[in-house]
Amino acid sequence: MNFDFSVLFQYRDLLLQGLFVSFELTFIAIIGGMIIGAFLALMRMSSIWIVSALAGGYVNFLRSLPLILVIFWFYVLTPKIVGHPIDAYASVLIAFILFEAAYYCEIIRAGISSVKRGQVQAGLAMGFSYLRVMRYVVLPQALRNMVPVLLTQAIIMFQDTSIVYVVGVRDFLTTADVVANSTNRPIEFYSLAAVTYLVICFIASHLVSRLQRRYAL
Amino acid sequence: MIEVRQVSKWYGNFGVLDDCSLTISKGEVVVICGPSGSGKSTLIKCMNGLEAFQKGEIFFDGISVGAKGTDLPKLRSRIGMVFQNFELFPHMSVLKNIALPQIKILNRRRAEAEARAEKLLLRMGLKAQAEKFPAQLSGGQQQRVAIARALAMDPVAMLFDEPTSALDPEMINEVLDVMVSLAQEGMTMAVVTHEMGFARRVANRVVFMDQGKIVEDAAKEEFFGTPRSDRAQQFLSKILQH
Amino acid sequence: MNYSWDWGLLFRDPYAGWIVSGFITTCLLAIYAWVIAFALGSIIGVMRTLNNKALRLIGTIYVEVFRNIPLLAQIFLWYFVIPEFLPADAQRYVKRGMPDPQFWTSVLGLGLYTASRVAEQVRSGIQSIPSGQQSAALAMGFTRIQTYRYVLLPIGYRTVIPSLTNDFLGVFKNSSLALTIGVMELTATARQIDEYTFQSFEAYAAVTVLYSCVTLCVIMLMRFLERRTRIVGTASLGGA
Repeated sequence: MNFDFSVLFQYRDLLLQGLFVSFELTFIAIIGGMIIGAFLALMRMSSIWIVSALAGGYVNFLRSLPLILVIFWFYVLTPKIVGHPIDAYASVLIAFILFEAAYYCEIIRAGISSVKRGQVQAGLAMGFSYLRVMRYVVLPQALRNMVPVLLTQAIIMFQDTSIVYVVGVRDFLTTADVVANSTNRPIEFYSLAAVTYLVICFIASHLVSRLQRRYAL
Repeated sequence: MIEVRQVSKWYGNFGVLDDCSLTISKGEVVVICGPSGSGKSTLIKCMNGLEAFQKGEIFFDGISVGAKGTDLPKLRSRIGMVFQNFELFPHMSVLKNIALPQIKILNRRRAEAEARAEKLLLRMGLKAQAEKFPAQLSGGQQQRVAIARALAMDPVAMLFDEPTSALDPEMINEVLDVMVSLAQEGMTMAVVTHEMGFARRVANRVVFMDQGKIVEDAAKEEFFGTPRSDRAQQFLSKILQH
Repeated sequence: MNYSWDWGLLFRDPYAGWIVSGFITTCLLAIYAWVIAFALGSIIGVMRTLNNKALRLIGTIYVEVFRNIPLLAQIFLWYFVIPEFLPADAQRYVKRGMPDPQFWTSVLGLGLYTASRVAEQVRSGIQSIPSGQQSAALAMGFTRIQTYRYVLLPIGYRTVIPSLTNDFLGVFKNSSLALTIGVMELTATARQIDEYTFQSFEAYAAVTVLYSCVTLCVIMLMRFLERRTRIVGTASLGGA
């Protein structure tokens, strides 16, 4: 068994590029997911039955599927609908955003309902309008409860970007895999990939815990 | 029966118990009182090893509680303890709460354990609640079940950590009555409580603690007559106003 | 869009057979992995609640390592990297002798990954129990082991049934990653049917419906379980 860790250094540019793609995918998915997720959350809390049911159906449906399947849906089926081939990267982004939106919706909903009813009543009793109660009383508390969970979901998202492997998008893990195969050094590259993810996610989740401890209500 | 010798306990710089010494003889009822934070709950939890202490020794029936080789579970099975928050096991029925420890710790047969449990429940007037679950009982009922649970183990001594502090006023007496009858039967008891009426009725001695120290340790009559320390007098005057 | 629909193909051979076998593979993969995850996760979760610093540390290291590395990377490690470090005989068995190495590697990878999640649930379930319960059990004379067996675990598990169900569903969904090392589970089946017949919508729709059904069944099972084991007098979480 001979190891040659110098190859890791040799291919550092490609690997860094892959890492950048992973971060980029994560970032766009989070932003898109949160915006659509917030809309969905509002819909779910609406008193109009059909609106709430639609959003609920969407969320429950998407949360019952593996991410790979959703990616395949967009990768394979969108070209057939629009009539021409679609860039893998774009299809993956759409899949991620729509998938994550379902999860973010639930997180936001849980955050808002975690604020006790008594708070709303106290706000209204003071003379605030419902909208102002939301703005000054409910949302600030809800956000503080939500942020750690949202961030944790972002870390999970970062790990999930590795799944783009199945459609050939060159994220960090896929790049490591490609290079591992072309240099025939799977041990070095897969180990590097594992350790890199471990370090990044470990540090990130600890930062989130510290944030949570400082700002928890 | 229980001998506490110069026990001290601290957390970092914070002292919880300071050179406490106390002896409880067989059949004695000792009431321990004092303001919040005086260390009385900690002291009683040291007696059966639930809390560790850094200095001093505690002997129960000749066995050292703090020594490394001591079989704590075995020791604890001979001491009954009743907690402020009852601490009945919520996932078991009342009967099972009382029977299971007998079966698993004392190795009694199930029939025997359940018979003993029913007898104790009958004595408390709670036989009808045997199949109910703790959450379905009132606080006073739960605490009496907790006492039954401790008695089922046939302990030689009972420790009470503020047994009535979490109860609504109407229910305090039903629990105190049980404790009084236990005392009259000759049970060795150490009771942390604010209920001075109880102390007046059945205590042999009253111990007053303040800031981790035992400030006063006197026979009941002496304590309620004229306690020696100012602190104890202050405390008594506040408590006895109720 | 010119696309000729052919829903009947889902019920014709060999495609129907592929779907059934893919579904069974997914179920078996998930169940075996869950057995590993639940057993190992419970042990590690309990370890993280003990007083012994060394045991707690081992538990923490396990959880941090196995949940911060993406599952796909873990599967690659188990399939491509770890075998190289095994002694010669074991290596030969894993690579040539063992039947279905991709399947069992996936079971192992999925199981160990999920164990880290289960460990966290078990830990939080036990730690959510007020400490007075443990004090009461110890005060009666129960040993530490008895305390876990009769009080902490029964209550702890009941508390985390909803979260454990989520992890169980996660195992079903994550089993799809096994297709990357060649396991013909359900999603791989959809892809295969698509490649053979170009009837993409039908293939993926069928598989999607199956995943949704499984999720629905598992959620109903969880509600049933929660109701049956509910601690009398407490509210159950139920609800959406």
